[in-house]
Amino acid sequence: MSEKIATREAYGKTLVELGAINDKVVVMDADLAAATMTKHFKAAYPDRFFDCGIAEANMMDIGAGLSTMGLIPFCSTFALFGAGRAYEQIRNSIAYPKFNVKICCSHAGVSVGEDGGSHQAIEDIGLMRLIPGMTVIVPADAKEARAATLALADLHGPAYMRLARLATPVFDEDYPFEIGKANVLREGKDAAVFACGLMVSETLEAAKLLAAEGVEISVINVHTIKPIDAECVKDYACKCGTVITVEEHSVIGGLGDAVSDVLMGKVNCCFLKIGIEDQFGQSGKAADVLREYGLTAEQIAAKIKETL
Amino acid sequence: MNTTELSKVCKQVRRDIIEMTANAGSGHPGGSLSAVELLTSVFYNHMRVDPKNPDAPDRDRFVLSKGHAAPCYYAVLAEMGFISRDEFTNFRQLHSILQGHPDCKKVPGVDASTGSLGQGCSIAVGMALGAKIQQKDIRVYALLGDGECQEGQIWEAFMAAAHHKLDNLTVMIDHNGLQIDGTNDEVMSLGDLPAKLLAFGFELFEVDGHDLDAIEAALSTPVSGQPKCILAHTVKGKGVSFMENQVGWHGKAPNAEQRQQALKELED
Repeated sequence: MSEKIATREAYGKTLVELGAINDKVVVMDADLAAATMTKHFKAAYPDRFFDCGIAEANMMDIGAGLSTMGLIPFCSTFALFGAGRAYEQIRNSIAYPKFNVKICCSHAGVSVGEDGGSHQAIEDIGLMRLIPGMTVIVPADAKEARAATLALADLHGPAYMRLARLATPVFDEDYPFEIGKANVLREGKDAAVFACGLMVSETLEAAKLLAAEGVEISVINVHTIKPIDAECVKDYACKCGTVITVEEHSVIGGLGDAVSDVLMGKVNCCFLKIGIEDQFGQSGKAADVLREYGLTAEQIAAKIKETL
Repeated sequence: MNTTELSKVCKQVRRDIIEMTANAGSGHPGGSLSAVELLTSVFYNHMRVDPKNPDAPDRDRFVLSKGHAAPCYYAVLAEMGFISRDEFTNFRQLHSILQGHPDCKKVPGVDASTGSLGQGCSIAVGMALGAKIQQKDIRVYALLGDGECQEGQIWEAFMAAAHHKLDNLTVMIDHNGLQIDGTNDEVMSLGDLPAKLLAFGFELFEVDGHDLDAIEAALSTPVSGQPKCILAHTVKGKGVSFMENQVGWHGKAPNAEQRQQALKELED
């Protein structure tokens, strides 16, 4: 895991690939094409790119309209302005009629860094998974972001994809990607650790630190938060007895809650949610902010050890 | 359809609005009655749609942005043959296709689910844009309320319609001057609405929204290079004496006695 590429970068590049193979794909942005990386599609297919200006609500509903004409709109902005500001447009005009619109938002989580708490969406997974019928995907690295982008074009119906600003390690391995199917990246009997997004690589690093101390954890990449791979979650919870979730999101409403919803009342286990504790983010270098909120490999390893 | 025939349809639509809301014991008769001529004219004389093939890809599109005028919409769709009149008694009831606000997954002929105000015009812009970029001769109509124009997103949509030169889009505003909490001017003045619409890049037509000839003239006039807006001056509750221009009839159903009186006034 030497090369570092942001998932937003992989998304933007993959849109160009999609543009070549699917002439129904159109891309929209709200004056953030240079940041969400839809700029790559804009350069390659200017006639199929629509900048809505700084009007996210309008963008989502224009996307809804475009989808009714047989097109596949990918709507991008920052996670806070997509899932947050345009929540009700997504809920009522896209998800309620089950329209085929892909909402792909970058700059999610506190790893946004310097822009600060106003720009760090820590609740977008929660908001989107609350909506009936919404598919919610959080790619762990650039390779997975590419695979997810391609898969979204083939999925009929509304979907939300969470992308990061920060360049992070790309896995050496080529993992399969199937919407709704979690990937087990490491086997260990002491705890089942479910992670998503940038926290997958941190959790893998944490697993190495723990292994050096004789603690073996399973690391499962839950790239699809909804529909969640309930079977895998139950299997590993039963197998390990201790369940831990790790996400760069509020501990309320995100992966932790999705996993606990599967297990509640069905599997007896010890449960810990690692994420952002009911608070807003703040400015700082991404690495410093992640450390401030306890989301580095060392901190994750320490919390897991404490739980065991 | 000529004006005489259309006005007969309009009267039937009005009776259906009264029946539907009275039967449901809830709903929005006022803003349904003000929109009758606009909706009927568009569907009968302009929309290229086929009730037998409601999902035809190249059909014209209609978005009822003021989704609470659903009874008017359902009545017109039934008159056109998209749905059965038998559905009327199920309006707002459990398991009905006729939801309180239009659901495009349930009702043939409905192109967008609406009801949350301010969103329909953007959807219509997306439809018109989608038709343009695929070089399809598809016209898109959106019907907005005037109170709805207090939503900022409406103006975002107007901006986008002009930006993309959507001359296949016709926005109709049912300007009855009333909303739930009072008159537009009491609640939040729209100011010089015609001037604002012109400034946002529309080819503007101001009409009496109950004058079928005037509506027809506005709908028939071609525009080029810019979207069309028909600002229709209407009367909320039009056609039922005790409902006309009464704020209280925005979202209240007539009781049995009121239903009888309204239907009597609406006899052919």
